[in-house]
Amino acid sequence: MSLSVTMTVNGKPVSGSVEPRTLLVHFIREHLRLTGTHVGCDTSQCGACTVHVNGKAVKSCTMLAVQADGADVMTIEGVANPDGSLHPMQFAFQDNHGLQCGYCTPGMVMMAIDIAKRHPNPDADTVRYELDGNICRCTGYHNIVKSVIAGAKAMHGGA
Amino acid sequence: MGQFGIGQPVRRKEDVRLVTGQGCYTDDFNIEGQAHVHFLRSPYGHADIVSIDTTAAEAAPGVIAVFTGKEAQAEDFPILHCLANVKCKDGKPMIDTPRPALCTDRVRFVGDLVAMVIAESKVQAMDAAELIEVEYNERPAVTDTMKANTPDAPDIWPGWDKNTCSLWENKDPAPVDAIFEKAHKVAKVEVISPRVIGTPMEPRVALSQYDPEKDLVSLYIPTQGAHRPHGNIHKHFPKLEKENIRIVSLDVGGGFGLRSKSYPESVLMIWAAKRLGRPLKWLGDRFETMVSDNHGRDHVTRGELALDENGKIMAARIYVTASVGAYAFENGPNVPTFSSGRVTGQVYVIPDIHHVVRCVFTNNTPTDSYRGAGRPEAAYIMERLLEEVANVMGISPAEARRRNFITPDMIPYKNNQGFVIDSGDFAGTMDMAMELADWNGFEARRAKSEAKGKMRGIGIGYFIEASGGQPQEEARVRFNDDGTITVLAGTFSHGQGHATVFPQILVDKLGVDYDSIEYIDGGDTHGEVPFGWGTGGSRSSMMGGTAVARSCDAVVVKGKKIAAHNLQTAPENIAFEEGVFKATDSGGSMTILQIAEAARDKNKLPDGMEPGLDERYRFDRGKDPSGYNHPNGCHIAEVEIDPETGVVEVVRYAAVDDNGIVLNPMIVHGQIHGGVVQGLGQALLERTTYDSATGQLLTGSFMDYAMPRARHVPDIKAGNNENAPCTVNELGVKGAGEGGCCGAPPAIVNAVLNAFKPLGITHVDMPLDSEKIWRMIQRAKPSAAAE
Repeated sequence: MSLSVTMTVNGKPVSGSVEPRTLLVHFIREHLRLTGTHVGCDTSQCGACTVHVNGKAVKSCTMLAVQADGADVMTIEGVANPDGSLHPMQFAFQDNHGLQCGYCTPGMVMMAIDIAKRHPNPDADTVRYELDGNICRCTGYHNIVKSVIAGAKAMHGGA
Repeated sequence: MGQFGIGQPVRRKEDVRLVTGQGCYTDDFNIEGQAHVHFLRSPYGHADIVSIDTTAAEAAPGVIAVFTGKEAQAEDFPILHCLANVKCKDGKPMIDTPRPALCTDRVRFVGDLVAMVIAESKVQAMDAAELIEVEYNERPAVTDTMKANTPDAPDIWPGWDKNTCSLWENKDPAPVDAIFEKAHKVAKVEVISPRVIGTPMEPRVALSQYDPEKDLVSLYIPTQGAHRPHGNIHKHFPKLEKENIRIVSLDVGGGFGLRSKSYPESVLMIWAAKRLGRPLKWLGDRFETMVSDNHGRDHVTRGELALDENGKIMAARIYVTASVGAYAFENGPNVPTFSSGRVTGQVYVIPDIHHVVRCVFTNNTPTDSYRGAGRPEAAYIMERLLEEVANVMGISPAEARRRNFITPDMIPYKNNQGFVIDSGDFAGTMDMAMELADWNGFEARRAKSEAKGKMRGIGIGYFIEASGGQPQEEARVRFNDDGTITVLAGTFSHGQGHATVFPQILVDKLGVDYDSIEYIDGGDTHGEVPFGWGTGGSRSSMMGGTAVARSCDAVVVKGKKIAAHNLQTAPENIAFEEGVFKATDSGGSMTILQIAEAARDKNKLPDGMEPGLDERYRFDRGKDPSGYNHPNGCHIAEVEIDPETGVVEVVRYAAVDDNGIVLNPMIVHGQIHGGVVQGLGQALLERTTYDSATGQLLTGSFMDYAMPRARHVPDIKAGNNENAPCTVNELGVKGAGEGGCCGAPPAIVNAVLNAFKPLGITHVDMPLDSEKIWRMIQRAKPSAAAE
């Protein structure tokens, strides 16, 4: 059995036909071929698949594609400015060496933007607590925390 | 050389791609017409395969083929052998464990490969695998390293001693025993370096494709450089040559040693693509990744130091039992023996050492290189011993180390195993670390913690490594027609930033524009870089860096000849500085790009010179054990323990590493941070648990295997001591990738024992989870438990 889904992804309307068991992350990666969203585990622990659904960070492996029917979804590919320049949070990750292998990075950036929306000027403890659902094996988190703090500041007009 | 030269914290070139979702990891692409693979794995730790019925699976929708161990009867079927050969005591052979890529009659660990199902879609392959009926006859299992060599343990492999793969001994024990007889005091500890699972964030994945015209199978997998597995993987095929295999890695989501290996899944993907003539894709899930990537550590070590009246070390005994898992895997038995043994004595003057390592088989995933590979284990036992030296001599931990450090006047220092420590400032590095950690302010901080009802401790972890890995590397500098420059090297970045650091070397050496330089790595055996050894053993800065630097030097030598010809003078009258060749006699000059342009025109070249300014250099440091570099460092952890809950929190952490000359401090510090947190994970959180009776893996997901998360980690203060540049390469660099996970475990464990001192507790084994710590506190203070 297949079901049809329609949603907005990175500002563009998309639709597709999926099996009921298809996860949102697989719809994004395999149907839409937006491969910036990664899969790092099978238990919703690692956060590599984090996207925004209706403006909030969601692990896209925790949702069925059909549950996102009608939703507004943003993936890492939709984050940069229309002119192609980096979003302040993306720039902050580069500027603070907040990534090494880059595999967890899209999920980290999507989560970080969500954190910054809720905490315009977060301290390190807040960021560490908020990042509990995102695992990184390379950076030791030190520079990710710095990136999120700097990115939040920049998103809210700070230097 | 300005803001992009050596020593500058240049931002990474690769990041824009990776922060915008434009990376290309192996699961991010497909091959047209591909079929999908799913592996059926053993659910038992140890069992005989009685029968396998694939009839229903073969008839399931979409199924193309189901392969089992029956294929091993065919003469082309791959069989994996151990590629290490550890010399054993008394001339006994190391036990190899011939392993058909699919199990034939017995499974030896949870995750062992039983069947390979190939179907039109991934879910069809998974559904069909559930229809395979395997009858197993379960056997008793042994997963505890110290039980493997006991009489009642079940036999995993036959050999000359129960479950023993190898028994390595560095020398005759008699002289060391004689020194111990005369010792004033003996410091003793027995420690466990627990089994850990490496878990790069990118799961295991592979694509393969056979081209019958070229008789070439291409395998796309995440590696740490394509050439190294290419040099190994063909050895497992009775009938497939190296020339008939191509390996390609694009972006790779973490390596940590595990991803340099040739796994049975990779071997099968090659074999089946050729057999079926169909492109194949396999994407492993996290559980499969956790059982199929090699594991790390799993050593139990007894150590003793003989001490004189002044607390100086006279001799050491180090006795290790290390699990290699169910099979002797690729380089596995080398890790606890050769790799660890190079640095047994660490940074201390130890006149004589007796070192014995028994590698045993257990019903677990095979072990092999995992970040540090033997060196964290060597640092851990020695630093726990030094803490014990302080205890038995009644001196401070810092003083115990100071009395025994190899001092600068003794360097170069040939250690017991014949490896030469070329440079180092160990006391100076410890002083810097103590200052960075504000060691002197500790007592005040302890008083504050105690006022809150918490216990507080501080601990030192010193380490030294032998880095550089495989002894050759090649690089090339290419001047392109459009004025850009390409630097090519056989190393491979999977997070280490070579696309940034190697161009920094070019900026320094050739005075060229940073933005005009592009890097091509050793990610494709049939691509533009025909030779290389990849990235592992912290080798890329020294091996790749030196090859790049010497290629640049060769460019300058050739450039001077071309400049002299065009400026009508002799090469010895040409000076090269900041990208400009200048005639010291006439004053004429040409930029390096003008020289590159001239080099394309035969008329502008001296007679007989080949056109082009491009140069390549293969750096070969030879097999001399003095060729390794020796990164070292002093890490200081401060912990707070809540006696009510047993939770250990690392509240401060300072690391001063001697990586020689630092090419890019931002990247080097990133390596330190990441290594420290892997060490912290091992010390506090990561426990690989198997059911001891059945061999069932109980920690096969991120729900059960405790990965370090942001909240477990304090801000890490990282510094470098650059006072002792490396002398075995002209860049002065030492490896930077693995120190963190050497320093962190002893620093954290020593800090906890420091906090435990008032309770009289002198020993604890990793991981220091809250239940264990809480129970220890309760037992030590029975009155507190009753309250």
